[in-house]
Amino acid sequence: MEQTFNALQLNEKDNVAVALRTIKSGEMLSIQGVKETIKVKESIAYGHKIAISFIDKEEKVIKYGECMGMSTEEIPPGYHVHVFNVRGLKNNERLSTAEVK
Amino acid sequence: MRTFEGYRRPNGSIGVRNHVIVMNTAGELSSLTKKIAQLVPGVIPVVQQGGRAQYKEDLNQTIRTLTGTVGHPNVSGALLLGMGEDDIAEEVKEDLKEQHHHVEAMYFNKGKSLSEVLNKGKQWLEKAVEKSKREKKVTADVTELRIGLNCGGSDAWSGITANPAIGSFSDAIVRDGGTSILAETTEAIGAEHILAKQAINPDVGQQFLQIVQDYEARIKETGEDIRSANPSPGNMTGGLTTLEEKSLGCIKKGGNSPLREVIGYAESPAEKGFIFMDTPGYDVESVSGLTAGGAQIVLFSTGKGSPTGSPIAPVIKIGTNPRVCRTMSEHIDVNAGKIIEGISTIEEIGEEIYQKVIETANGAITAAENHKNQEFAIWRLAETI
Repeated sequence: MEQTFNALQLNEKDNVAVALRTIKSGEMLSIQGVKETIKVKESIAYGHKIAISFIDKEEKVIKYGECMGMSTEEIPPGYHVHVFNVRGLKNNERLSTAEVK
Repeated sequence: MRTFEGYRRPNGSIGVRNHVIVMNTAGELSSLTKKIAQLVPGVIPVVQQGGRAQYKEDLNQTIRTLTGTVGHPNVSGALLLGMGEDDIAEEVKEDLKEQHHHVEAMYFNKGKSLSEVLNKGKQWLEKAVEKSKREKKVTADVTELRIGLNCGGSDAWSGITANPAIGSFSDAIVRDGGTSILAETTEAIGAEHILAKQAINPDVGQQFLQIVQDYEARIKETGEDIRSANPSPGNMTGGLTTLEEKSLGCIKKGGNSPLREVIGYAESPAEKGFIFMDTPGYDVESVSGLTAGGAQIVLFSTGKGSPTGSPIAPVIKIGTNPRVCRTMSEHIDVNAGKIIEGISTIEEIGEEIYQKVIETANGAITAAENHKNQEFAIWRLAETI
């Protein structure tokens, strides 16, 4: 069967998608189950993340529907999301998200 | 409701296998345990290293693991091999006899010659195998299943393909009234606040945060720091950015159902639904803890092709990428790499896993069983005395 998409959004809340193969700059991003397409602005290695909505500076990066870190700069859709523009949560941020019911 | 055909035990539990096992209660009997199993076709040796000479906490953990293993619903009959008078075999046997399990204990160094004990053991096992063959299957539904969730040899795809697919299965069986038990406390570090939010009430959430904190404290005592060592450079090359992301990928095996109970290593859940068991990340010890806690089947995602199996429960291997499913096909049961290839969705693989669980419960042999991969080890917390 021919593959019809090149990225996966793991949860509908996610602002990043995962590249299922290396996607070159200029290619269109096609996400499984999502009609909208985004133009890829830089090469994304397979397994790496790409912004699918505008992520502001110090905004939560959402994967699996959960906060996996905070952005350290603005990340427009189509750009690589990785260690150079995302940091892990600080202790107080982790506790603030804990909010155990 | 999905059903399967299993073996009803005298204590009411239901097994998906009808094993006759022989298990040592002292490490020095490992070889004799294998030897006696070889004398009777169909008997599985369960070999372990823990004995009486341990700190109290470890000794209790060993006794709990032995009891849960020997009294497992997949076990029709079990022979314990111990040494002399002061052996834990007696304690395990008495406890299980009260629950009407078919269990016997025999001892070396109690006046009989080695060959006499071996011969007596062989005779008991032959009868136990005959008895097991006469046992008939009965229909049970999935509410009686406890499915262990584990991973080993993870790769960058684990959190994208196999683990979310296992999570999709976990949510489905919990919806149907069954039980899934997520393990590996080490793998939750960094995402514990997220799993704690899934807890059914604050007590359960706090219990979960506490076991993660205790685990971290023990690791720090050895001079290691999991938080600063993760994600590793290899993880980052693979696309993992933060520790939270790495651990989220692991805990996604548990899906999105409410976390109903947090249990200690090798403990049996009191609740049904989504459960967390405190185990190390080392897959052999983790799977042994899950089975001792009553998991009849274990799901195991792997990116690198870990062949780990269990002597007690069928282990269903879920390969995370197309390459491992091709190169290590003899060890893989479900190909979640199809998600990368665009052939299947996460939910479709989740359903494939569910079907595989039912087939396995009905007696279909898993890859690990086919190769007789029967690893077993008990988690030790302290030093050896």
